[in-house]
Amino acid sequence: MAKYAIEVNNVGMKFNLSQEKLDSLKEYMIKMLKGQLKYNEFWALKNVNFKVEQGDRVGILGLNGAGKSTLLKVIAGVFKPTEGQVIRHGRLVPLLELGAGFDSQYTGAENIYLYSAVLGYSKEFVDKKFDDIVKFAELEKFIDVPIKNYSSGMKSRLGFAIATQVEPDILILDEVLSVGDAKFRKKSEAKIMSMFKSNVTVLFVSHSLDQVKRLCNKAILLEHGELIAAGDINEVAAVYEEKTK
Amino acid sequence: MLKKQIDTFKKYRFLLRELVKKGIKLKYRRSYLGILWTLLEPLLTTCVLTLVFGTYFGNNDKTFPVYILTGRLLYSFFSSGTKAAMKSIRQHAGMIKKVYVPKYIYPLSSVLFNFVIFAISLIVLIGAMLVFGVKPTIWLPTALLPLLMLFLLTLGGGMILSTMSVFFRDLEYLWDVALMLIMYTCAIFYKVEKLGTHQWVFKINPLYAIIKDFRMAIYGENMFSSPAWVIMPAVMSVLSVLIGVVMFKKHQDNFILHI
Repeated sequence: MAKYAIEVNNVGMKFNLSQEKLDSLKEYMIKMLKGQLKYNEFWALKNVNFKVEQGDRVGILGLNGAGKSTLLKVIAGVFKPTEGQVIRHGRLVPLLELGAGFDSQYTGAENIYLYSAVLGYSKEFVDKKFDDIVKFAELEKFIDVPIKNYSSGMKSRLGFAIATQVEPDILILDEVLSVGDAKFRKKSEAKIMSMFKSNVTVLFVSHSLDQVKRLCNKAILLEHGELIAAGDINEVAAVYEEKTK
Repeated sequence: MLKKQIDTFKKYRFLLRELVKKGIKLKYRRSYLGILWTLLEPLLTTCVLTLVFGTYFGNNDKTFPVYILTGRLLYSFFSSGTKAAMKSIRQHAGMIKKVYVPKYIYPLSSVLFNFVIFAISLIVLIGAMLVFGVKPTIWLPTALLPLLMLFLLTLGGGMILSTMSVFFRDLEYLWDVALMLIMYTCAIFYKVEKLGTHQWVFKINPLYAIIKDFRMAIYGENMFSSPAWVIMPAVMSVLSVLIGVVMFKKHQDNFILHI
């Protein structure tokens, strides 16, 4: 097993923010002929370098728009970075946007299979875990109802229950500890804590510094897409507190 | 490299199956007759076409409904398959923005689920053959070749269209017009021999060639007796897949910035 669970090498992510959205061929041709095809280049991440060791729990700190979510999406493989590369070792479970891929016309049961497939599980695995998922999400009575009739809390409970069925090597959390009501929140925190115990690597984004201090042993700090501090949680937290004053 | 590709495909085979299932299930959900519509719809439109083109235009051929049905079934798979593939990226934008999944799964599943529906609707053709006395011959199994070419042509076309429509949404409307043009040059409800001039149009239309080959197999003729009509669509369908794959691969990382 490699020593590093995640290696982020020189990662840069550029977005072209066109002033107006051009998605018609006619407009594109006219603008191109007139030479008005301008983009505002925007680097959401620039020269980001860091390594995460196996078993480290890293908090990602930064103000709004610092590039935290973009960084997580690059690491999760949703975005392909414009520059540099990300190397990952082991099974990665992103608890980023729970229930991506739910179809509202599908019933809860059908969505369990669909979303599991999106996450790359095998059919046999889902067959085995089906009852656990339903039980954990507390949706026994509603599992054959189309999820367009679910409340948002029910949907996120289902998403959480499905996403946490596997034993991850790398866990990515984007403020998902606040799923559902107080009772379910306690349960989901307990579930995540149980995943922490085994030698799992964690990336955690939160605006609550207390929560990050409680859960993480290391941290990185982003500002305007650049990495400005990395290392022990208390040192980085001190820099962050200085910034937010 | 190739091994990695195959491993990824294996991992997401379950997703492919789920998406195909979803396409079929949701297409007929909340309709009373459900999946029966795959049979009823070509049956009814063939009745209308036979009525119009069989009586008014004086086609006395008794098996004319079979002629129409073969053309219509193959054309409508091409049309719905390419359209579904073209829209598949935008349709799954929510998923693409949030989780990593190899993106070719989306157009591929769209073409596949339309192919399953098409395969079911071939039952109507078997029924029509029985009713109108078109007897199967030893050439019937050769019908599989045009079906394979049709699948490849639709998949290739679908991948090209899905890539382009991410950047230019107008294509969805343009393609509807193009499809109409393709339909009229496929000889679905008339016979090419009666047309006289403009024969060249049919010689460059791969979909017409595929329909022609398929009809020959159904009517018990040897399609290889005129090899040009087999080679042209075969080359075109393989080419369309190659172009489609190259285009899709080149641009897929930019999809997320445009949807």
